[in-house]
Amino acid sequence: MVRGCIYRTVSRPVMQTGPFNEIGTHQMSWLSKVRNSLSSLAKRDTPDNLWMKCPSCSQMLFAKDFEANLSVCPHCQHHGRIGAKARFDLLLDAGYIVLPTPKVPENPLSFRDTKKYSDRLKAARAGNPYPDALTNALGTIEGMKAVLGVQDFKFMGGSMGMAVGEAFVAGIERAMAEKCGYVICTAAGGARMQEGILSLMQMPKTTVATRRLAAAGLPYIVILTDPTTGGVTASYAMLGDVQIAEPGALIGFAGQRVIQDTIREKLPDGFQRAEYLYDHGMVDMVVHRKDLKGTLAMLLGYLERKDVA
Amino acid sequence: MTSFLDFEKPIAELEARIAELRATADGSDLDIGAEIAKLEKKSAAMLTGTYAKLSPWQKTQVARHPQRPHFVDYIRLAFTDFVPLGGDRLYGEDAAIIGGLAKLDGRKVMVIGHEKGHDTASRIKHNFGMAKPEGYRKAIRLMEMASKFGLPVVTLVDTAGAFPGVEAEERGQAEAIARSTEACLGLQVPMVAAIVGEGGSGGAVAIASANKVLMLEHSVYSVISPEGASSILWRTPDKAADAATAMKVTAQDLLDLAVIDSIVPEPVGGAHRDPAGTARVLAEALGRELAALDGKDTAEILRQREERFLRIGSL
Repeated sequence: MVRGCIYRTVSRPVMQTGPFNEIGTHQMSWLSKVRNSLSSLAKRDTPDNLWMKCPSCSQMLFAKDFEANLSVCPHCQHHGRIGAKARFDLLLDAGYIVLPTPKVPENPLSFRDTKKYSDRLKAARAGNPYPDALTNALGTIEGMKAVLGVQDFKFMGGSMGMAVGEAFVAGIERAMAEKCGYVICTAAGGARMQEGILSLMQMPKTTVATRRLAAAGLPYIVILTDPTTGGVTASYAMLGDVQIAEPGALIGFAGQRVIQDTIREKLPDGFQRAEYLYDHGMVDMVVHRKDLKGTLAMLLGYLERKDVA
Repeated sequence: MTSFLDFEKPIAELEARIAELRATADGSDLDIGAEIAKLEKKSAAMLTGTYAKLSPWQKTQVARHPQRPHFVDYIRLAFTDFVPLGGDRLYGEDAAIIGGLAKLDGRKVMVIGHEKGHDTASRIKHNFGMAKPEGYRKAIRLMEMASKFGLPVVTLVDTAGAFPGVEAEERGQAEAIARSTEACLGLQVPMVAAIVGEGGSGGAVAIASANKVLMLEHSVYSVISPEGASSILWRTPDKAADAATAMKVTAQDLLDLAVIDSIVPEPVGGAHRDPAGTARVLAEALGRELAALDGKDTAEILRQREERFLRIGSL
């Protein structure tokens, strides 16, 4: 098959971990507990971050090999979650520009649950290269100009608040100004509850943007990555001209626990996984991470209109 | 017989005593008559006082009141000549969302809304107002028809949320909601939405992305139910009242946040104490909003609706 071929997992990936488990986290051994309690030793490069266990097949992996393999398990092809920078590097040609994240009102509801929302934001920003969960970059994909947006699940579960909505709109506006397509890699638990109704309002807001991009005759491509659920799925994540999903990605509207509480029976095998969505006609293709870039380039080539560019 | 909410217990006790006195009085005893009048005054004052300062969580309970008027009541009381239109032409007929042609004070409109049902049988029939993809796809079909025939769209929103079930996921619940929101935003005709009970998350926004959004005084609109927020953010089911306050779910809060355009007042004690009166005031408010959109050209209607949502979250 040509590049960008559709990758279907031979056996359905078995995911025992819940959606909030990060790849690369694993039980601390007694040795590391002792070591971490000794501050002089704690910072040393320990076997803890050299080795990791695949959350899907439980094989021990050399962390550097895993990363070099695009964070895909070489044994079972489990696709680990990756951040914005890794996505830009994976999908864009060298020389891309990361676009600034638009500023939005912070903690508009002065929300606090067990912690203040502003403190949660601060904690999420510490050690994160970008100020919120959605970051755009302008670049080329095998020579095809595009704006690429990436949602990072590590940043408050990728959740959609005003910053994500505003960044999404800004990404599309930039694509329109550049007369190129917009590609979004989605990853989110849903709307950001700490922004209440204002997060919900990002659903119509982002949809205004996708409609404008469509009216301009420019392509909108969605790459659904693990996990994409809730209000994000129920808005811009389902409105692509082409819908691509990464193998094994959890994609759905309602959370599995909520559904289980409603129906009180076992969920079907592979429920809400990428392959399940493909089987039910909700995505065009399930594409292995290594083939994403080629697939995107080919699609953008097909969808480019001479009268628009 | 009115059913009372927990926080209305003192009022319920008073009203029970009034009823008791009435039963013994048989209209002749003047002393009892005076006592009844006194108690009625007290009860009315208590009701007014209680409803003047409902907490967000209490409002949530009023919005979910089992006797609160629903879509079918408003169709009967606020509209005339209703012609229901069924089915999404793709899979089925979903009674959780009802829609059709109707007249609002003589004006031809397409009216669409959630229906929760009023007793066990009808609640099951309407799936408690929780729509499946076919419900949203029916809404899309009707909105497109309205656009084609130049009929303004009126929606009455009242849902705990879109149905969270296996078959809903299988048939593309997320896609149906996303497309329904998109259909609202693409309407070539004016659209006015009214949150009349619960505005539950994506299941509500899918038919509420309108030019003007109204809310009944004691209705609520939120991204997740207070119970849901409590269990996710506080990790306990007992913080629903705190979650309702923190999330700002009331009509008054949402008017301040410019998420809604106006509040439709309810009778003292809530819409369920006077459905006909509520329907009349609601019909007037909807009529006013539609009249204000009369004569605007299509481009302006589209642009106003887009700007309304684009500005939420912009500095």
